[in-house]
Amino acid sequence: MSDELDELYQEVILDHCKKPRNFRLLEGATRLGEGYNPLCGDNYKVYVKMDGEVVADASFQGSGCCISKASASLMTDAVKGRTKTEVKALFALVHDMITTGRVAAQGVGKLAVFAGVHKFPARVKCAILAWHALVAAVDGAETPVSTE
Amino acid sequence: MSQGPDWLQLRADFPILDQEVHGHELVYFDNAASSQKPRVVIDALRHYYERDNANVHRGIHELSNRATTAFEAGRERVARFLNAGSADEIIFTRGTTESINLVAAAWGNQNLRAGDRILLTEMEHHSNLVPWQMLAQRTGAKLSFIPVTGDEGLLDLSQLDTLLTPEVKLFAFTHISNSLGTVNPVAQLCARARALGVTTLVDAAQSAGHLPLDVRALGCDFLAFSSHKICGPTGLGVLWGRPEILDAMPPYQGGGEMILSVDYFQSSYKKAPHRFEAGTPDISGVIALHVALDYLDAIGRAAIFQHDQELAQYAWQRLAEMPGVRLFGPAKDRAGLVSFQLEDVHAHDVVTFADQRGVALRGGHHCNQPLMKKLGVPSTARASFYFYNTRAEVDRFIDVVCEIRKFFGP
Repeated sequence: MSDELDELYQEVILDHCKKPRNFRLLEGATRLGEGYNPLCGDNYKVYVKMDGEVVADASFQGSGCCISKASASLMTDAVKGRTKTEVKALFALVHDMITTGRVAAQGVGKLAVFAGVHKFPARVKCAILAWHALVAAVDGAETPVSTE
Repeated sequence: MSQGPDWLQLRADFPILDQEVHGHELVYFDNAASSQKPRVVIDALRHYYERDNANVHRGIHELSNRATTAFEAGRERVARFLNAGSADEIIFTRGTTESINLVAAAWGNQNLRAGDRILLTEMEHHSNLVPWQMLAQRTGAKLSFIPVTGDEGLLDLSQLDTLLTPEVKLFAFTHISNSLGTVNPVAQLCARARALGVTTLVDAAQSAGHLPLDVRALGCDFLAFSSHKICGPTGLGVLWGRPEILDAMPPYQGGGEMILSVDYFQSSYKKAPHRFEAGTPDISGVIALHVALDYLDAIGRAAIFQHDQELAQYAWQRLAEMPGVRLFGPAKDRAGLVSFQLEDVHAHDVVTFADQRGVALRGGHHCNQPLMKKLGVPSTARASFYFYNTRAEVDRFIDVVCEIRKFFGP
């Protein structure tokens, strides 16, 4: 096993890709965001149930690679209970981490497992796809977002 | 019995193959996307720029004469490569995609009317689909498709009588499917089309340089291929057209090189092929392609096809022995590639993992989105072979696939 593969496919990522959390239609969802990567056909719907400015619940459905599925799984766990502003601030930190490998001082919790993705430029979009769909959902956008 | 080519010695002609990727010897199995280049082709490019570079067809000086002579000799060489009647039937383009777009624009605009049909197949690459969609939108013509039979990836020719009707003005199809490895019966399909007066275009992107091509024996009207998939440089393609059709076609793009005389309000145009080659062409590319074709024919395209087919058959058989592997394309008589899907592992994870083991594969929809939808898969992983690949490399690829199944398995 090479170090790079271990760094990309960390135990937590493999676990979430094989057993994705929140992988279901969300009853009573108030927002829907869609993410599509035309390069690989990854396609996700992210459901959000807003309680005022707070994400009361989040889930996702769709298909894609290990990285994109694990990212959607960990993301939907991470954003529950956060306000719209907090979600977008977290997205900024995660985006920066996935593209540069820098883990923010204030911490991103379990999401730090995606820091290794930046060494695989072709896979950066996989890790960020569900986040774009989530941000579109909390912003109330109704059209699918593409990573292209 | 005569000895076949010495494949290992030929492999040594490719400098790029002698390197490590991520600490492993490179196994290059992405030949259907682009082939590697032998040293003689790289040397031809360097020689041209170091000794002969000048613009073609308009200079009187020595360098321009040399460049023009070598460029036109390249056209003659391509004509021989395809057994075309004359070099005037060879048009240089940027690639297969532009060759098809040229036909769609120049021939299509002139010959297609509302109500006409364009017949394609369900296995076409986007480059042999989207230009026809655009032509259909411009003219009001309609598209029909010969179905693919499913995972075994054959054309369902039982539908041909229903689909190939007199309303069809053009029948465009691929010789070899880039995602399935299917080899289509080109001569048979062209004969059926010709009996109804239907014009045919063959996408030979995956077949030129992989098996012998003879446009007269195939009986098509147009044939397109790219230089970079057959040991030549990138950015260059060929369109072969039947001379009487080319002569009746209006220009594709306007500009220098394609005109006889120009005044402020109108111009007259050269004959084919120069009528279709506006602007300075890819001179160095054509000269290097000439060398690539000499190189391939010295090996022999029939021998190359057999070699690639044996590797594909071996890879197919090894993959078929594994549980949880779905294979696409025909089990027999396939071209030199295998397309597959591992249960519960996405193609991009397969490709990323293999890359870390030095094995270059392709994963995705292979520019066949509608076909992938039909087969019900978002993407497949593909290993595609050329004559410099070896059985030992296939073994390494299979080892990596085993490792991937273990890594991502339940």
